Amino acid sequence: MNKHHAIVYWTGFAVVLALLIAAPLVLPEFWRRFLTEILIWGLLAMSSDVLIGYAGMVSFGHSAFFGLGMYCAAAALLTVSPPNLWLAIIAGLVGSSAVALFVAYFSTRLRDIYFAITTLIFSQIFYVVIFTWTEVTGGENGLSFRRPALSIPGLFSTPFTTETLHWFVLAVVAGSYLVLRRIMHSPFGMVLQSIRENEGRTRAIGYPVERYKMVAVMLSGLFAGLAGVLYAVQNRFAAPDFVYFLVSGETVIFNVMGGIGTLVGPIVGAAFFLLLRETFSRFFTEYYLIPVGIIFIAMVIFMPQGLLGFARRWLNR
Amino acid sequence: MSVPETPTEPLVSVESLHTYYGKSHILNGVSLHVGRGEVVGLLGRNGVGKSTTLKSIMGLVRPRQGRVLLGGNSVAGLPAHKLARLGIGYVPEDRRIFRLLTVMENLRTGLDRRGVADARKQELLDKVYAYFPVLAERRNQAGGTLSGGEQQMLAIARAMMLEPKIILLDEPTEGLMPRMVWQIREIIEALHHEGVAILLVEQNVPLTLEASQRVYFMEKGAIRHHAAASTLKATDAVVQQYLGV
Amino acid sequence: MGAILEFIQSIPYDQLLIQTLNGIVTGMILALIASGLTLIFGIMDVVNFAHGELFMLGAYIGVVVLATSGSFWLALIIATLVVALIGAALQITTLRPLLGRDPLTTILATFGISLVLQNYALWQFGPVARKIQEPFTGQFTLFYLQYPWYRLVIAGLSAAIIGGFWLFLKYGTFGIWIRATTQDRTMAQAMGIPVPWVHTAVFAIGAGMAAASGVLFGPLVGVNHAMGLDWVLKAFIVVVVGGMGSLGGSIAASIFISLLESYASIWVSPAQAVIVSFVVLILTLLFRPTGLFVPTPK
Repeated sequence: MNKHHAIVYWTGFAVVLALLIAAPLVLPEFWRRFLTEILIWGLLAMSSDVLIGYAGMVSFGHSAFFGLGMYCAAAALLTVSPPNLWLAIIAGLVGSSAVALFVAYFSTRLRDIYFAITTLIFSQIFYVVIFTWTEVTGGENGLSFRRPALSIPGLFSTPFTTETLHWFVLAVVAGSYLVLRRIMHSPFGMVLQSIRENEGRTRAIGYPVERYKMVAVMLSGLFAGLAGVLYAVQNRFAAPDFVYFLVSGETVIFNVMGGIGTLVGPIVGAAFFLLLRETFSRFFTEYYLIPVGIIFIAMVIFMPQGLLGFARRWLNR
Repeated sequence: MSVPETPTEPLVSVESLHTYYGKSHILNGVSLHVGRGEVVGLLGRNGVGKSTTLKSIMGLVRPRQGRVLLGGNSVAGLPAHKLARLGIGYVPEDRRIFRLLTVMENLRTGLDRRGVADARKQELLDKVYAYFPVLAERRNQAGGTLSGGEQQMLAIARAMMLEPKIILLDEPTEGLMPRMVWQIREIIEALHHEGVAILLVEQNVPLTLEASQRVYFMEKGAIRHHAAASTLKATDAVVQQYLGV
Repeated sequence: MGAILEFIQSIPYDQLLIQTLNGIVTGMILALIASGLTLIFGIMDVVNFAHGELFMLGAYIGVVVLATSGSFWLALIIATLVVALIGAALQITTLRPLLGRDPLTTILATFGISLVLQNYALWQFGPVARKIQEPFTGQFTLFYLQYPWYRLVIAGLSAAIIGGFWLFLKYGTFGIWIRATTQDRTMAQAMGIPVPWVHTAVFAIGAGMAAASGVLFGPLVGVNHAMGLDWVLKAFIVVVVGGMGSLGGSIAASIFISLLESYASIWVSPAQAVIVSFVVLILTLLFRPTGLFVPTPK
């Protein structure tokens, strides 16, 4: 990474970060929350990019990781009183990692389309379990709970405001981005990309491809679960709708719209899609998803590299 | 070395073809032509680009540069199925008959065309069964159950169903017993007799020199030498240069 | 000894019988949907996420035609034809440009189509489920049980449609073209078969079959915009379990899974009975990933 590139890159990063920090101070309430939601969905999409953009594995199972993170956090927030933020995070991460392990074990042996379909079906398995196991998960109605306070035990505890919540989410998302970026640049990340380029060759060289894939799925699931925890904390409820495979589909849409293999692309993709949906819902109140869907299809055909795809090389240096 | 001039417009000609597979530059400016009813040989070692040349003519591979002309008209960009209908028959290197279709159904993939009278279709079938009696015997058997030699017969017969003006033959004698090689030689002769042009890619030099009027030699993706077949013998130095180990 | 007798007596035979019939009926409908899906995948490597929506669209068109003409059979025919045309149009506009690209793009494109079609249906027909009237009511007696005639008829019709299609594949020029293209797309082209049109036609046929099952199945469930989602999932499971691209496999798998689910629903709720199909899938992936009903490749 040469000096010039580093300067431009980090300056850009700092500028974007500054804008996102300042945003809740100037935006009206609705848009404040909207921005926070974009960040959370962006984190989910970014976790999915690890698989799609770097390992070359298309997964439709992210709704399971997201949902489990959400529900485990909910469990932590409901069982411990007063609700503890860090416990919720840990619970969510453990839950989603466990699911990721399960999914990884079965699916990493499968190629391409079979992998995609299997992950989709697995996410549906979790949906059905959550939907029908009403005693534990609240079934159709989900679970609702109080938002925990931002606290460091022994030091201080303040309840979240919309602004502080936004900054917390921003910190988590930005931190996740930096961590993931680091990992993708490490030898591990390089091997993943080599698996994406040519799995056979990577295997022939001697790398245990299945193991790398499993780690990739778990890494992806971990951050997806983190997004689920953030969502639970922000919205104070967990519902089975978020485990339905459509959420996975939307995640993949964010990835493709934003540009796979860029890590930030999916966040931009999420922002783009959600903004489109919001805007269109004001004009075409009933059928607003139709034009959004058509735009998406058009992008798949004519702009498959996504919004940030052109910058993929640059962002990865 | 004098090369016989083809008196009229060549049936198929290829000009300065450059074809890539990914980043590999396979064809490096290939130019050749085949006249109506001519049998032309294309010789060279493995991997020099002979099959790719045939595929480029057949429209199965898009060249990055260069032209392919059929009867003087450029056929660039036409899909393979249109080229087949225009009269180019293709018999690929690994035969590639439809293994799960019967012999009859394999033939029908070429036979079932619009604008061909049933009587004519029957004629074509009869003719092909006369050339390859073993196919008549096995007409309801699945293609995959045929022996290697029989599959080669089927592949050629199938191409003949299109009533092509030119047949692209890719290593038809590979892996065949001498008796079958002789049969292939006879088929090429018979097709030539009927006025069908043939572009023959082969490693079997004596057969090629016998069957062809002209021969091209290919090396590293380009034509390096071109001569009338009658002027060459298998033992010639020039042949050894391009085909020797 | 007494315990065994007790067990044998406690088996709910009448329920088993009913559920066997139910399983076969549902299995045939599922087979009709899955056949189209596996055919489309087998011939052009396209995972058609919008297949459930084509099913749903067929059902809705059936509702409309039935309301205007009063004839169930007319509704069946028109729905099939219209959706087949829609399928052809979709394939030409959105899938042909994607030929040769990463298979992910076709999954995404069909996913996008499913989104658009679902919302279109929601917009045009609203969220309330519609009903298709059975063309005839009446039940017949099997032993001492009553079972609706209509259900048997749809099973029979589905079988007839699939059977008719199988015959079409076996004989006839177009059937040969389809089979040749499925086996070796390149050589099919080299033989003059217009492969792009074969693809369009197969997509249209698959769409038509899905639409037909939508109309046939309509009277059994409510017709609403989300009905495709559950079915497409089941259909995918069937296609994987049966072996992708294998027509016979998906039919066998459809019946197998539907029977198991029907039996399961004797003891658990239908929402939970779907877990059966998930279990079958997991087992298949673990032990015979190429498909339960497909001979293991050497």
